[in-house]
Amino acid sequence: MSLSLPHALAVWRRDAAMYRRTWKLNILPNFFEPVFYLLSIGLGVGAYINEMGGTPYLVFLAPALVCVAAMNGASYEVTYNIYVRLTFEKAYDAMLTTPIEPDDVLAGEVLWAVTRALIYGGCFFIVVAAAGLAPLPGGLWILPLLPLTGLLFATIGLVFSLRIPNIDLFSFYYTLFLTPLFLFSDVFFPLRERLPAHWLWVAEVLPLLHPVRLARRAFQGEFSPVMLWDLTYILAVSAVLLLWARRDMDRRLTS
Amino acid sequence: MIVRLRSVSKIFGSRIAVNALDLDVPPGLCFGILGPNGAGKTTTLRMVYGVTRPTAGSIEVFGLDLKKHLRAVRSRLGVTLQQNVFIEALTPIENLRVFGRYHLLREPELSRRIDEVIEFLELGSHANMPVRQLSGGFQRRLAIALSLMNRPELLIMDEPTTGLDPAVRLALWSRIRELRAHGATVLLTTHYMDEAQRLCDRVAIVSDGRVVDEGAPGDLIAAHLAPEAVEVDCTPEEESALLDGTIRAARRLRVGRRVTFYLSDAAPLVERVRAADHRRPLVVRPTNLEDVFLALTGTSLEAAA
Repeated sequence: MSLSLPHALAVWRRDAAMYRRTWKLNILPNFFEPVFYLLSIGLGVGAYINEMGGTPYLVFLAPALVCVAAMNGASYEVTYNIYVRLTFEKAYDAMLTTPIEPDDVLAGEVLWAVTRALIYGGCFFIVVAAAGLAPLPGGLWILPLLPLTGLLFATIGLVFSLRIPNIDLFSFYYTLFLTPLFLFSDVFFPLRERLPAHWLWVAEVLPLLHPVRLARRAFQGEFSPVMLWDLTYILAVSAVLLLWARRDMDRRLTS
Repeated sequence: MIVRLRSVSKIFGSRIAVNALDLDVPPGLCFGILGPNGAGKTTTLRMVYGVTRPTAGSIEVFGLDLKKHLRAVRSRLGVTLQQNVFIEALTPIENLRVFGRYHLLREPELSRRIDEVIEFLELGSHANMPVRQLSGGFQRRLAIALSLMNRPELLIMDEPTTGLDPAVRLALWSRIRELRAHGATVLLTTHYMDEAQRLCDRVAIVSDGRVVDEGAPGDLIAAHLAPEAVEVDCTPEEESALLDGTIRAARRLRVGRRVTFYLSDAAPLVERVRAADHRRPLVVRPTNLEDVFLALTGTSLEAAA
């Protein structure tokens, strides 16, 4: 096995060519979703909350939701879309008749999921910034976080997608994994403040929590040593899962 | 040799898909692998372009060891898969562009190749409509066009005309012949005997993962069966009365009521059948590859006593 970047980019361009056909339809919901969350949770629920984590609730919520958007963007891509390409469209069977190898397929797909995370999260950020909720230019530090969030959730989703026997199991992934992450990863309230002391480690295990914590710090313009731990978590977990996905991808595409 | 397989086996779990197979595909020929469904044809092709790894044996393509030169080999061959793979929402041109990039083609060469394959497969009138609106015949042409984007020296086709109507099959055969005439080597699988006989210079008959026999279609027929075949509907009792000890069929094949006799001269038997009952259904035809195939792989064929 070997990786060739030009071939991985050819895989990426296939996905981009498909997306270009529908991007106008896809990108509108990307803008509405954050607006609805900010209105309902931020302004609606937030009206009953004086402050959270030392800031107005809307300011607490906004950077976290940007990360959630990036997570969702990558997740859609590596779950249903990958599964369909793998099982129904047989797209990879066609690629493997050319010099493209399974490693290139994996790299191209991860790169595309990262791109989608950037598009989703980027749209959300624009709305947040337009609403005056992002400190500029310091808040721009959230942008390099979006591909990292995308990478983390691309690798998590890929490992799942490459191992499940049928498409119906994605409902478990969404309702039993992504939704709880969304609800408990510091997005709506600081989880650590609600956990008993000996359960604090639970918070550190949740993958979404790390990008969210980094995003909030980026908006606050503060740097602290815990950010190094968050970055290490994201990179290390992504790397391990990527190796795992690599083995599974090769097993699924060749025999 | 363009393709050279030596004692290649592939075992999936407990099933032996390909069993110590030897295969030599010489350059410039159309070579057919002929066999029933499940004989190991697709697995053999997949091993030739390297997505299925053999359990044992060695594979060389273009004289290169496939294990060591996978990308280099794949850049010089094209594959038409059994099942068409397209991005259905996109047009043929867009599909060709995406596929051409898999071979790292860039503009302006990419557009030049697209024009070339569209012209060659006469796809021009349908080049700008979404693929999902194309008929089965045009989709198959597009599938072949995709596999020609890198101007392959070796074209591998897995059942290129299965499920197509006769006119489309004829049109595709003429394209394949033209590719061969321009120097490409074609390696195809089929379970259509007429396709193998009309299109292939050489065929290998495969059954249960092994090559049963191999050669030019005409030579295979001559080697295994008498040149004339007579098909008659009759019971076994009527059959012995018809033959009456005086006509000696080299071999015969019975399927239900229908018996096929293979003879060097059909005339005496035809006369006898006509004399006994002139309304009895009777077919006289040249022996074909299908007969050879049944003779080599079928169990119901028996040497005449």
